[in-house]
Amino acid sequence: MNLITYGEASDFSGVELTELGRFITDLTAGEEPSLLGTMVQTTAGLKPLGSVLKGLRQRVLRMVAEAGSGHLGASLSVIDVLTVLYFVRMRHDPSNPDWEGRDRLVLSKGHAAPALYAVLAEAGYFPPGELNSLRKLGGLLQGHPENTIPGVDASTGSLGQGLSIAVGMALAAKMDEATHKVYAIIGDGELNEGQIWEAALTAGHHGLDNLVAVVDRNQFQLTGRTEETKALEPIGEKWRSFGWEVIEADGNDPSSILDALDVCALTEGKPSVIIASTTKGKGVSFMEGNKFSKAVPDASELARALAELA
Amino acid sequence: MEQSSQLESFGRALVELGREREDIVVLDPDVASSTKTTYFAESFPSRFVRVGISEQDMLGIASGLAAAGKTPIAVGFAMFIIGRGWEQIANSIARQRLDAKIVGTHAGLSPHADGESHQMYGDVALMRTIPNMRVVVPGDAPSAVEALRAALEYRGPVYIRLMRGSTPTIYGEDIEFEMGRANVLREGSDATVIANGIMLSRALTAAEKLIGEGIDVRVIDMHTVKPLDTGAIEKTAKETGAIVTAEEHSIIGGLGSAVAETLAETAPTPMERIGIRDRFGESSRSYPELLAHVGLTPEAIAEAVHRVIERR
Repeated sequence: MNLITYGEASDFSGVELTELGRFITDLTAGEEPSLLGTMVQTTAGLKPLGSVLKGLRQRVLRMVAEAGSGHLGASLSVIDVLTVLYFVRMRHDPSNPDWEGRDRLVLSKGHAAPALYAVLAEAGYFPPGELNSLRKLGGLLQGHPENTIPGVDASTGSLGQGLSIAVGMALAAKMDEATHKVYAIIGDGELNEGQIWEAALTAGHHGLDNLVAVVDRNQFQLTGRTEETKALEPIGEKWRSFGWEVIEADGNDPSSILDALDVCALTEGKPSVIIASTTKGKGVSFMEGNKFSKAVPDASELARALAELA
Repeated sequence: MEQSSQLESFGRALVELGREREDIVVLDPDVASSTKTTYFAESFPSRFVRVGISEQDMLGIASGLAAAGKTPIAVGFAMFIIGRGWEQIANSIARQRLDAKIVGTHAGLSPHADGESHQMYGDVALMRTIPNMRVVVPGDAPSAVEALRAALEYRGPVYIRLMRGSTPTIYGEDIEFEMGRANVLREGSDATVIANGIMLSRALTAAEKLIGEGIDVRVIDMHTVKPLDTGAIEKTAKETGAIVTAEEHSIIGGLGSAVAETLAETAPTPMERIGIRDRFGESSRSYPELLAHVGLTPEAIAEAVHRVIERR
């Protein structure tokens, strides 16, 4: 059985799975339902979403430490969104990465590649052992996403370009009267790029309701706070005025992310954007909110971080 | 020579090809009436994407369409689609080896009246440096159509460079065109002129002129700058011993540079380059007048042939 691949596009199977998950949680915990207890299908069998998330954060830390470079903070802020998408919401099949009917995901903030790679490996697109090859010469996992990697739908890494690619995929789906969805994950600093707003206009103009953008609103870009670099607020109003349905969510809370995705799934005639409030470095106390100034943790910092996530 | 419009022929051919292939999608950054993609738009409105004045977005959309199995053809003025879009072409299209075609119109000095803001003569250099990218510079209307056909038969990114306006027609209905294979348009043994684009017809005129002076010049249409037909270059270098290149492009990085790189490595041969000598363009009410102003004339080619023969 593969819980990741299911149903026809129009039946919003993700919602059913969620309800199933909540039901299971109710039965097992007897407490308030939480998505964290939902069992999801991984390459190593069924696991609760909460433990999957902890494991993925550990993997990301190990990968970046091993590689010697990489964007930890941005990977840890967006990993909940990616995990809910790949393990709960998206229609896809790790055993058939080129399946035409699959939902697509473009990681426009390509520097969060470690998070995407960890998620794809956990879903079964390639062996978790490959994660050790991050940024290694001749390795599968390049510093930024490549479409040659199983499960990666678009090569990215140059900020500002991914939303246009997603718009092209969504337009193609409309032309083919296909029912799959296209997700674009954008960084908040990335909203500085003009091409994002060109693409936002295009998607709004074409009423692409098969397109969902998620802004990873972690408040920081490379040189500091977004609002001190090139102020973005009010972000929601900007997107709304471009013809998008705007949904605010807690981007580090799987239930909130899924609720927002449910709204997107029901939105007709226009594209949706989720402004996902997140914390950079989420899950590791001494990294949260851009406090960790170094790119890569040393051995003792890695051990402390892993212990926090145990 | 008879005159015909590359863009008119290209625009009509797009419709024909669109009828043959349903996967073709044409993208327009709000210049369709100038690039002649209007014909395609009228015939296949559902496969024509009006992106508005946003070349970067257009190239990203082309990437997404190609990833979804369409064959996008993005058509815009060379200055903007290539100049502004270089990084999108590199990162969103060529890096993924996507099957997208990019057509830069109004290339070189052909938008003569508009002036230097619209005149692009660095596009061949820019496209040559991108891995996976093919670069084709047809010299007339029939070869522009053949270039489009060849690009569509090939699976991968291709850049086709076209001029606005009417230009001399070189090829007849018996045209043979293969991407990556040079065409010898005129045999000759004293020297070779390797040309493309508008300079191809001017090279032929120069060859006629030189006959009267007792010089028998070979003329080669190097319509594909990448992959370059290095075999043809080495062969003609050995056989004629003197090479002149002629292009409506900067002498930095274009056809002349590509030929020089080949000769320097494998068959050092005296060579002269006719091209735009590291300067901006300007407005002129006449295309031939502007070409003459920057030294892109049959006479300039003929003089270069004399010089290169003396150096042999």
